Amino acid sequence: MFKEKAKEPRFVAICMLGIVLFNFPVLALFNVPGTLFGIPVLYAYIFVAWALLIVLLALVAER
Amino acid sequence: MLQGPVIILTSFAYLGILFAIAYYADQRADAGRPVIANAYVYSLSLAVYATAWTFYGSVGRAASDGVGFLPIYIGPTLMIALWWLVMRKIIRISKQNRITSLADFIASRYGKSALLGGIVTIIAVIGILPYISLQLKAVSTSYSILVQYPEIVMPQALGEQSMRDDTALWVALILAAFTIAFGTRHLDAAEHHQGMVAAIAFESLVKLLAFLAVGVFVTFILYDGPGDLFARAAAQPKLRSMMMPLEGVAGGYASWAWLTVLSMMAIMFLPRQFQVTVIENLDERHLNKAIWFFPLYMVAINLFVLPIAFGGLLHFPLGRVDGDTFVLTLPMVERQEGLALLVFIGGLSAATGMVIVETIALSTMVCNDLVMPVLLRMRSLRLNERPDLTQLLLGIRRGAIVLILLLGYLYFKLAGEAYALVSIGLISFAAVAQFAPAVLGGIFWKGGTRSGALAGLIAGFAVWLYTLLLPAFARSGWLPISLLEEGPASIALLKPLALFGLAGLDQITHAMIWSMLANIGAYVGVSLSASPGVDEHRQASLFVDVFRQGGEGGGARFWRGTASAPELYNLLARFLGLAAADAAFREYAGARGKRWPEDALEADAELVHYVEVQLAGAIGAASARVMVASVAKEEALTIEELREILDEASQVVVYSHRLEQKSRELEAATTELRAANERLKELDRLKDDFVSTVTHELRTPLTSIRAFTQILLEHPDVDAEQRGRFLAIITKETERLSRLINQVLDLSRIESGKAEWRDTEVDMRSLIGDAVTGMSQVFEESRIKVELELPQRVTPVRADTDRITQVLLNLLSNAAKFCEPGRGHIRIGLRDEPDALRVEVRDNGPGIDPRDQALIFDKFRQVGDTLTGKPHGSGLGLHISRQIVEHFGGRMWVESRRGEGACFAFTLPHG
Repeated sequence: MFKEKAKEPRFVAICMLGIVLFNFPVLALFNVPGTLFGIPVLYAYIFVAWALLIVLLALVAER
Repeated sequence: MLQGPVIILTSFAYLGILFAIAYYADQRADAGRPVIANAYVYSLSLAVYATAWTFYGSVGRAASDGVGFLPIYIGPTLMIALWWLVMRKIIRISKQNRITSLADFIASRYGKSALLGGIVTIIAVIGILPYISLQLKAVSTSYSILVQYPEIVMPQALGEQSMRDDTALWVALILAAFTIAFGTRHLDAAEHHQGMVAAIAFESLVKLLAFLAVGVFVTFILYDGPGDLFARAAAQPKLRSMMMPLEGVAGGYASWAWLTVLSMMAIMFLPRQFQVTVIENLDERHLNKAIWFFPLYMVAINLFVLPIAFGGLLHFPLGRVDGDTFVLTLPMVERQEGLALLVFIGGLSAATGMVIVETIALSTMVCNDLVMPVLLRMRSLRLNERPDLTQLLLGIRRGAIVLILLLGYLYFKLAGEAYALVSIGLISFAAVAQFAPAVLGGIFWKGGTRSGALAGLIAGFAVWLYTLLLPAFARSGWLPISLLEEGPASIALLKPLALFGLAGLDQITHAMIWSMLANIGAYVGVSLSASPGVDEHRQASLFVDVFRQGGEGGGARFWRGTASAPELYNLLARFLGLAAADAAFREYAGARGKRWPEDALEADAELVHYVEVQLAGAIGAASARVMVASVAKEEALTIEELREILDEASQVVVYSHRLEQKSRELEAATTELRAANERLKELDRLKDDFVSTVTHELRTPLTSIRAFTQILLEHPDVDAEQRGRFLAIITKETERLSRLINQVLDLSRIESGKAEWRDTEVDMRSLIGDAVTGMSQVFEESRIKVELELPQRVTPVRADTDRITQVLLNLLSNAAKFCEPGRGHIRIGLRDEPDALRVEVRDNGPGIDPRDQALIFDKFRQVGDTLTGKPHGSGLGLHISRQIVEHFGGRMWVESRRGEGACFAFTLPHG
């Protein structure tokens, strides 16, 4: 069983990562014209990053 | 096919299904087999976050701002990452204190303040009204559009104002009736609405499926996948700019960031979110699942927003069809009747889910934190004497539900038309964000005080009223528009949309910056400027240190006073009903090994606290406090006493740990000491014995020496022969004396460890031979036959030759002593055993009684004395021998039976 206390810093780190991924300036890097597999780059980026966060959350929460 | 009656009938059928689900879940809950005790159901119920705003409004927002709708869903994902720290704590606190609503939580944290609870309730109700009106607007608009099928006509173009208004009013009334049926059928002390939660979880599935259906239809059937859709959109210059939207929106990244923060607050502090996340939570561990499943749900419901928005923009001439209706109008224009109806039901479920939970949460607040505290204080009503108040409580809640929905309808009529769905919802988000400092500060900072929370809430709410609600009314024409353009009394600095000249931001960002500054500033500032009262201090500690305290009894240690158990019982029965009160008392008594009502319960602090907590579940913490105070006389704690209790509480754990450790150490030390003492006593006794024995042993030869020398001295005429005999005795006794003294010295050297040992390789065969030779004269004198049983060769051992010889001589002389002269027979055996060398000296003397066998190795034990009547040596020989053998790691013992001789044996381990 994963120690409850040990989860805390991991969750905080995921939150920090999310804040970085979904804010200026990282967001601006992907705020460019063009498409990725036919999908606007920014749109694709946001959903990929979002999915990544959820995977991380699931890994920490369910351990 | 899609005429009004069909739509209405379908809607009612859907509501009927919801009701059936709720009913079934309630039945199961009553039977003790709850359907909602499931982490996925819990996660789905959290998706009540996605309302008609999400269902219709996101597409509308996307159609004007591109990805600008997303922060509302990304924010909760970021916040939920912190739920393990924040929400788990809130849930734990709420369970321990039987919190019934957000207002109850804040009031309870700041000293169970009824005033604070009231203010929070008012802010929540006013703040949420726009949000409720949004749902009414969405349902009535979607209905108005759907009945025009197959035409696509925007409601504004219909010109039939009265009809549409009626729709919204009817929606409001039907939802009110439905909510009452759902949420206020009975009064539950824990405020659980399991049926409602089950229905909400079902609604979350319905709206998700409906939305995904439209998304798939638009993306893959109307167009050839997302690539095709976006490529066509990019071909239109007007739409291409929306692919890169963040710079186009007013405020850009700042607005994006603020919307994220806003939604982070909303996911925690919207009354309905607080209700499903905290109040309806059955098991803290469900959070583990919700933490990733709920964000996943939000990803799913947002996946097709942009495709639908672009699909709508491509399909309809710009401006002709409202973006908020694309979800519905796209299937309609493609003649997909079934899909359109499904969308309508999806939108309906999104809206009803929100309205049901929100109004239940708000009505609980209104009842527990606004109306009841006032009623209870009005002595003229004599509420204290009414036997059963449950009907009154339910009545107040039902009234509150109707009132809130009608107010929502009113807001819709007054201000709802000027705004898109998302903008209306954001106004509510900004309102509930005002709770963040008081709640978050309240659970992590003990210094937050009631006046600080009051000041912060009022300041933040005032700014919200001025910068968000006022402009909404002004834009709708209910206030002069000049208020926005020139500021009140033409003071430009006070323009609601550019307060103090802060211009260039969008309305929400602007309002958030000012309201949060005012709110947090006032909260922290006022909290720091005055010290908290007793109640606040106590509650602060209960909330902030919730994980450090054990169980629900935590609050009891702060209470002092007098009460009576029957009065407390009556109080509980009045608010919860007899059955619930009985159950509560039985549970309390049962936990303490007693029976209610057979055993008298002591009305101590614990019982009073228990009753207060039970009561808080029904009427809120502030009211419960008032009611309990009416039957229990509490002695006021002074602030110093409280501090003492708190300090004690935090230190007591540390102390008790230390104490425990100390007492364990002490116990161990005591045991050791006792053992040591026993040993000392034994040694002391032995020493006394030793001394007395030694003196006794010394005296015997001395006496005889003295007697004979005296004879020789007094009778010089003793003949030579006799003199010679006497002198021989004297010499023998002297020898005995010196032998005894030598042995005593020897023993003391061995025992004190000062003896010198010279270890060498010892050949036991030759040692035995030497010893027998040395003793041969004695054996001859006593005519004792000696038999040696020595093997050809034995393993040499390491030992001190002299000492081992001493042992052998001792054993041999003992054997000789006890053998009857003339018939004596001694057998000496030597054997190699697996890990030791074994020597045996067997005689055919009288043998040793088994009782004495253990004793003969003690000092001065001489079992032979009683038989022969004369002393044979000092009684130290065997003792010393054993000491020697044990020194070399060996063992010495005796085997014997009375009359069959004795066999002394010892072993010496192989080197």
